[in-house]
Order: sequence, then C-alpha cells, then structure tokens
Amino acid sequence: MYNGGKIIAGLVIFLGLVTFPIYYSVGKANPHPSPSLDTPAINQMKVKHCVESRSFMRANHMRLLRGWMQTVLSGKGCVYVSSTGEKYDMSWDTCWNCHSSKKQFCDRCHQYMAVDLPCWKCHSEPNT
Amino acid sequence: MKALLPFLAVVFLVLLVIAGVKAAGLYFIFGVLVPYAAAAAFLLGFVYRVVKWGKTPVPFHIPTTCGQQKSLSWIKPNGIENPSGTGGVVIRMLLEVLLFRSLFKNRKTKMKGEYLVYGWAPWLWLAGMAFHWSFLLIVIRHLRFFFQSVPAAVQSLEHLDSILNWGVPALYITDVIFLVAVTYLFLRRVTLSQMKAISLPADFFPLFLLLGIGTSGVLMRYQTRVDVVGVKELVMGLVSLHPSVVSGIGTIFYVHLFLISALFAYFPWSKLVHAGGVFLSPTRNLSNNSRVARHVNPWSYPVKVHTYEEYEDDFREKMKMAGVPVERE
Repeated sequence: MYNGGKIIAGLVIFLGLVTFPIYYSVGKANPHPSPSLDTPAINQMKVKHCVESRSFMRANHMRLLRGWMQTVLSGKGCVYVSSTGEKYDMSWDTCWNCHSSKKQFCDRCHQYMAVDLPCWKCHSEPNT
Repeated sequence: MKALLPFLAVVFLVLLVIAGVKAAGLYFIFGVLVPYAAAAAFLLGFVYRVVKWGKTPVPFHIPTTCGQQKSLSWIKPNGIENPSGTGGVVIRMLLEVLLFRSLFKNRKTKMKGEYLVYGWAPWLWLAGMAFHWSFLLIVIRHLRFFFQSVPAAVQSLEHLDSILNWGVPALYITDVIFLVAVTYLFLRRVTLSQMKAISLPADFFPLFLLLGIGTSGVLMRYQTRVDVVGVKELVMGLVSLHPSVVSGIGTIFYVHLFLISALFAYFPWSKLVHAGGVFLSPTRNLSNNSRVARHVNPWSYPVKVHTYEEYEDDFREKMKMAGVPVERE
C-alpha cells in the first residue's frame, strides 16, 4: 500500500465511529421501559382497556391528545366517542383516573425515547 | 428508460419487504438477518474499496491548483489553493469535505451578444450541501434509537431540529430540507438535457432509494405512526448483539429498514463510496511541491542507462581518429 499508515489510520477512525454503538452497548442490559399499569383504577377493571386499543394508543396517543386539545379549545365540545362507541371526557383527568402516576407511566417511555414534551409546560401532573 | 429501471427496482424492493413481512411474516429475516447482512456488506466492502485504492500507485504528481504557487520570497503564495505543505493540504481537504468547495466554484458560461460571460451557478452546490448536511443530522438524530440512555448532544440536536414546534409529533426541519434537496437532485437529471444525456441507472438508483427512505420515514413519523418503543427495542437488540423479534411494529418500519439496508449494502460497490474516495483523490490531497521534491513513479523499474561519458570511454580512440571532438582526453 502507498501511504498505508495514513489510510489505515483513517479507516480505523471511520470503523471506530460507525461501530461505536455496538461496542458501547454490547454486553449491557437492555431493560424494557415497561410503563406500569399497576394502579388501583386499572386493577379494578374487569376488561383492561384504554380509550382506544393498545396498539393504537402506543403509536398515536400524542395525536389523540393533541386532537382533544384542539377540539376543546375551538369550542366543539369536550366528549370523545371512541371507536367502540364509549364516551370519554376530553380532559387530562380521563388519563389520570387510571394512569395516576406520571413517573410510573408517562415518563418511563418518554425518557427511554428521549422525547421532548411540551405538555407539562402548561398542564400539571396528577396530585397522587 | 435509464430512470425507469432503477425506479422499478426500488418499487420491487418495497413490494418484496411488504410481501415478506405482511404476507409471509418473515420478521426475523427482515428485522434481524437483513440489517446484519447489510452492515457486514457495508463495513467489509468499505475496507475492501479503500485498501484497493491504497494499493493503486499514483504515477504522476497531479494536484490541481488555481492560485499562486510558492516560489520567490517576494511573490505572495496562495497557501490553500496551491498548498506547498501538509498544513495547506489539510485545510483544502477540510474545505472540500465539509463545504464542497470544488462544486462551489462551478460557473456557467454563455454567449451574450459577442461576449462570453461567466455566471454564478451554485444550485448543484446548494442542493448538495443541503442534502449531505441534512442527511448527516438525520443520521445523528437517529442515534436516539442506538443508545440506552440518549446522549445529550443528540437530544439538543433533536430539540433544535424540531424548534418550529409544528404539529404533533413536531416537524423536523431536516426532513423537509432532505426531501426537497433529493427531489431537486433528481429533477435536474431529468430536466436539463445535458444532465439527462449523461445520467445512468446507477445515478438514479441511489436517488430513488434515498427518496424511498425519506418518504417512508416521513410517513412513519407524521402519518402512519408506529410503536417507537418497539422500534428502539429491536434496534437495541441488534446493536447489543442480542437480536430479538419485536412484535407489533407497523409494516412501514420494515420498509424503511429494508431500504436503508439496501442503501448500506449498495454503498461500497457504487458511486456512493465517494464518501471514502474524496479523501484519496490525488488532485486534492497532494501538495503542489513538484518543484521541490521529485515524485517517483512507484511502478518505475530501474532503467539500464548508458551515459555519454561511458560512450566516450568506449569509442574515444575511434572518435579521435575520425576528428570528433571529445570532452576528456
């Protein structure tokens, strides 16, 4: 090789950079964020269900809440009819009634994904 | 036709992964095996290409310059345009790699009446910069899927990128710039007649691939939505070398992942490997010291020479007899 020293040094730096996540994470535990559903209100439910299905809520809860905010603020009522026909009050209290701890529920995944939320700039956390 | 074939190839890739995941349920293949195979092809291929280049000799000293060479002490040299040492070369390479300076120097020539005029033509440079830098920022932003606790720098970048705070989830500025830039780079190849003439399927394929990656990513974030916690679990499994199939992630994620895998696997074997090649371009990385140091062609073999002195030694007596003047009696 010509200028082998420089070329191999450059290659080693490049490979080190692109494989960094692998040797940083290998052998370390990968705990699941597991948001806790262990609250009195949820434990009392016979069929555990949220406003919408679990898979929908996992992917779309932020858009649902945003939609609630826009509906309420624009004065179009404050009752949400879910896809199963159940009626819910468009309010944080609907969430907090079951998910009574922000730290045990919301924060788990939000910290895991490093999500930057604007929610708590205006809204307060549940009192419990 | 030159654009249609690569377009159909990308469509085929998308249909393949949709069929594989949605119809056949091959989550292990498309979620674990394909990304690993693509990463291996990328890393090994990159090393192979760079080592192969390193083994190629440079027969001539060929730096391209457009500034005053270092010469007499009272003539001011241009140290960056015409570097005479390593320092100047490093600065020139940095400007080239980070700011695409050669592309910036592009000029448009046109006849205006009887005069030849040179115009500023920065559009390719602008689109190239917009594309490469937004792509880099998008890749860095994706590191939140690759670390259990996300580095603060990645979080700050994400915060800056979504600073417009439009919609939920917030719009990333780089997403818009990326798609606009790649679309421009595609359109210039099909609308400008000269560009159309020299464009090959290998030019269109990466563009369609990048458009596919960008579109699937944008759809996934702003439209279809997937369970991002599940995505991070899958990625963390891959990078910690304990891969596992995570259920409940939407098909669009597998489309995104498969197109990225295709891009990575394709990277070292295509024009995209200019990422490594730019560092090895002799016209950029050589200092212009051809008057100071002799560049020896590496494949030159020792040539048997017969000098005039030796010639004279061989034939001195005969030369004298014939009256030919000799240098040494």
